[in-house]
Amino acid sequence: MVKLNEIAEKVRTKNAGPFWLTIDIFCGSETSFDIVRTHLSPKDIAACFDTHTNQVKVFEMPDLHVVKYSLPRPAIQGTPEDRDMHGASWAVLVGLIEIRT
Amino acid sequence: MTRVLVPSGALGLNYDQTALERGLAAKPDIIVIDGGSTDSGPAYLGQGVSKYARASIKTEWAGLMEARAKAGVPLVIGTAGTCGTDSAVDWMTEITKEIAAEQGRPLRLAVLKSSQNPKALATRFAAGKVDPLPNAPDLDADTIESCTNIVALAGAEQIRAALETGADIVIAGRTTDTAIIAALPLMQGCDAGGAWHGAKIGECGALCATNPQSGVVLLDFDDAGFIVTPLADGSKASPHTVSAHMLYENSDPFILYEPGGHLDTRQARYEAIDETSVRVTGSQWVPSERYTVKLEGARIAGFQVIVMCLLRDPRYVENAQIWADDIKSKCDAKVRDRLGLRDDDFTIELRLIGHSASFGPLETERSDPIEIGVLGIVTAQTEDLTGEIGKMLNPYLLHHPLTQEEEQPTFAFLFSPPELKRGAVFEFVLNHTLALDDPMSAFRLEVQDIG
Repeated sequence: MVKLNEIAEKVRTKNAGPFWLTIDIFCGSETSFDIVRTHLSPKDIAACFDTHTNQVKVFEMPDLHVVKYSLPRPAIQGTPEDRDMHGASWAVLVGLIEIRT
Repeated sequence: MTRVLVPSGALGLNYDQTALERGLAAKPDIIVIDGGSTDSGPAYLGQGVSKYARASIKTEWAGLMEARAKAGVPLVIGTAGTCGTDSAVDWMTEITKEIAAEQGRPLRLAVLKSSQNPKALATRFAAGKVDPLPNAPDLDADTIESCTNIVALAGAEQIRAALETGADIVIAGRTTDTAIIAALPLMQGCDAGGAWHGAKIGECGALCATNPQSGVVLLDFDDAGFIVTPLADGSKASPHTVSAHMLYENSDPFILYEPGGHLDTRQARYEAIDETSVRVTGSQWVPSERYTVKLEGARIAGFQVIVMCLLRDPRYVENAQIWADDIKSKCDAKVRDRLGLRDDDFTIELRLIGHSASFGPLETERSDPIEIGVLGIVTAQTEDLTGEIGKMLNPYLLHHPLTQEEEQPTFAFLFSPPELKRGAVFEFVLNHTLALDDPMSAFRLEVQDIG
């Protein structure tokens, strides 16, 4: 078991508008990209945010060694339940996801 | 070919003056800057105000108005005043007139307004013209009418209409970030896929390159694609930095929806031209059957008071969650009893800063902090109620003991009074599109000759 942030070069989260959060995992190499692509699933991302797997969209950008996930924000931006207006700190939580290699 | 100079990702974030001069020397056909975003939250749209200081906007805008005069080309700002409401456009127009008077230059100003009348929009909603986007909140006519501000995002068609007035300066209300850049290349017959793709790459200024905060980029559009060139010292674009920008704040890195169609970058090719410039070709523009514009709307969600205290006593730091949960249940009961409120009339939340404030129940790590900041957030439907509830919370945050037997503790308040009124809090309620038979029918264009 390793944490995602031990494999990936950088994990970034940002708002994609007020209703969506997008996660960019910059793997840094083909080897890391292959590990992340094959061992991290929408189910892991859904579990991290306590949501349903069918809410998570996944995109692969092999030229950039990037795996990208997008999902509805944990709370709509700016509502009383929202903890991070710009959605950037969630990257830390995603980086802590444990991956079975 | 159309050459577009973008000074930075947003007016208010400053730009590199030397790089701007370089851009002017390259003889651009237009200077374009974005003025806003939803990224700072719903309060700006809800109140119809700018997030940046007036003096910052005025200083940076005066510099761009000088640059425009030197270059003799139009200057366009989209989403003026952060939110692009009519009030924000009026604010930006007033600043522009002040600067024009100080610079002593006559100007033709085109002002494009994007605000929507909530009642009129509710009628269009009833007529089936409003459709939800993915993860849109449920919508009804009452919700639309409760909005303090609603804007429609203008596309290239409306910016084109503003430019065709012969304006020296276009001040636009809410637009898509890309439309203000794509409009002139589209007018001049450049490749539509390239125009929209280049606009997306350039809309955050130099974020598509190294030294991202330097701001200034030049975009050259032609009949097959575009070239992007960052202009500040040490700022270089590469196929990697440019293609990676499609990820940025986009839920889909290949498809971008705009009024009148969508951009598809799946077949795009990125080639380095030299150490700083990248050429992109092969992007596709796919026109849609219906012409739709996106809507944004915000309304008052309630009122808030926040109260903060600090825990430093190690026993309280260690048991902070138990302490906070006990306060919440006791204070909730007191509010119900003394104010006659029901549970869904108010919320009291205690966020433990240094413990779990970032992710709440989703947090997966624990550490031993030396102190914890306790942020009490009270939300209710009126300012009077939040004031009353904040004052009921106050004694708990000051003195609540972990056990009844111990001596009464006292925690650190930072202020007197410790309750801070946040006033009205806003929420985004629209993530929808509006179908239009005529692109201009949801927008208003005025021309003013100054001086």
